[in-house]
Amino acid sequence: MRFVDEYRSEESVRKFARAIRGLVTRPWTLMEICGGQTHTLIRFGIDEMLPPSVTMVHGPGCPVCVTPLEMLDRALAIAARPGVIFTSFGDMLRVPGSKTDLLSLKASGADVRMVYSPLDAVEIAKRNAGKEVVFFAVGFETTAPANATAVWQAKKVGIRNFSLLVSHVLVPPAMEVILGSPTNRVQGFLAAGHVCTVMGYREYEPIAAKYRIPVVVTGFEPLDLMQGIQMTLKALEEGRVGVENQYARSVTRDGNVKARAILREVFEVCDRPWRGIGVIPQSGWRLRDEYAGHDAVLKFDVGTITTEEPSVCIAGQVLQGLKKPGDCAAFGKECTPERPLGAPMVSSEGACAAYYNYGRGT
Amino acid sequence: MCLGVPGQVVRVETNDLGMAMGVVKFGGISKEVCLMYTPDAGVGDWVLVHVGFAISKLDEESAKEVFATLEAMGDLADLPGPPDAKG
Repeated sequence: MRFVDEYRSEESVRKFARAIRGLVTRPWTLMEICGGQTHTLIRFGIDEMLPPSVTMVHGPGCPVCVTPLEMLDRALAIAARPGVIFTSFGDMLRVPGSKTDLLSLKASGADVRMVYSPLDAVEIAKRNAGKEVVFFAVGFETTAPANATAVWQAKKVGIRNFSLLVSHVLVPPAMEVILGSPTNRVQGFLAAGHVCTVMGYREYEPIAAKYRIPVVVTGFEPLDLMQGIQMTLKALEEGRVGVENQYARSVTRDGNVKARAILREVFEVCDRPWRGIGVIPQSGWRLRDEYAGHDAVLKFDVGTITTEEPSVCIAGQVLQGLKKPGDCAAFGKECTPERPLGAPMVSSEGACAAYYNYGRGT
Repeated sequence: MCLGVPGQVVRVETNDLGMAMGVVKFGGISKEVCLMYTPDAGVGDWVLVHVGFAISKLDEESAKEVFATLEAMGDLADLPGPPDAKG
């Protein structure tokens, strides 16, 4: 397929690997933000083609991984109610809450449906006027415009039985948590190409300047990742800081202006808890007051459900690049994709699942 | 979750809410996609699709840059280091 196959050429990927070997004179640690990028790195063995002095650590950009347990318990409490159709992307259905998960709830009779797009959930609401239809709105800036558009559309046409359970998170505040930590190891970032497709990269410029680091907006195919790594290492070796754009075929400095306009119309920035990390100030979106009638937390009064995270899992350290999956005593033993203890083992984009599925880390 | 799939626009229309919708072809599969964020994408253009929405029109010129960079590198002799892994 065009825009995919040519970016998977083995010969081109190897050429970049050779260029990187000729470039690196010192040890460097880089972080890729997005779980999709982690998946590509491990699946194609890109990290193994780098010089041993270059370490890739894996970032928090996996929505399934950072959605707090209490939000899952709220989802489960809503989905268990009679008269509710609970809709979600497939990724969230298997994630265990403190007692059960959405698929098990479905098996015991709840109406839980997987949708491809949030607009499908609006359609379900339109066709089921006697039911309450709830969509689980998780994800980063890439996914938020679609969810915003769904609720904007429902409000505009008066589909009152449609609501969102919102757990949106934002990349830049999480980057600042990682960079501001006294134990930080990350010297350069590969920023997430699809988040930046929506948001642009202006907001990364002050972060790069404040922490004196290079940030390279990077795509998702093997060649994109190799070039993003090469650009970041070149900037580090030459002592340059600032933002560069490897993924110019999709990303502009201002991002998608129309998508950002609907985000501003529907959402406002709020503090959010991240699973394994804790509350990060101003790191998420919630619905504006004008959309309160479509807010599932208010509609079903689940805001008081709070859950403590179990302490066995080191997901928080893995998500901040402080530890690798193999550093966890439970990895591949008590914790596997079939019986996950923590979210990075549930989602295929989670670092732990990527390491497990491609035979790494043990 | 932030998966984006490139596809080619084969039809553009407007729904009854005034939203630009279209049909996008991904290899052998065609899907209805919301095009309201990519108003300049017409039939034949390539867009990047995420959860039923086109989030960018792919820029053909920028897409070639990486191959120009590769070309400019010339023939790189390999240096001592780990053997190439699977690519």
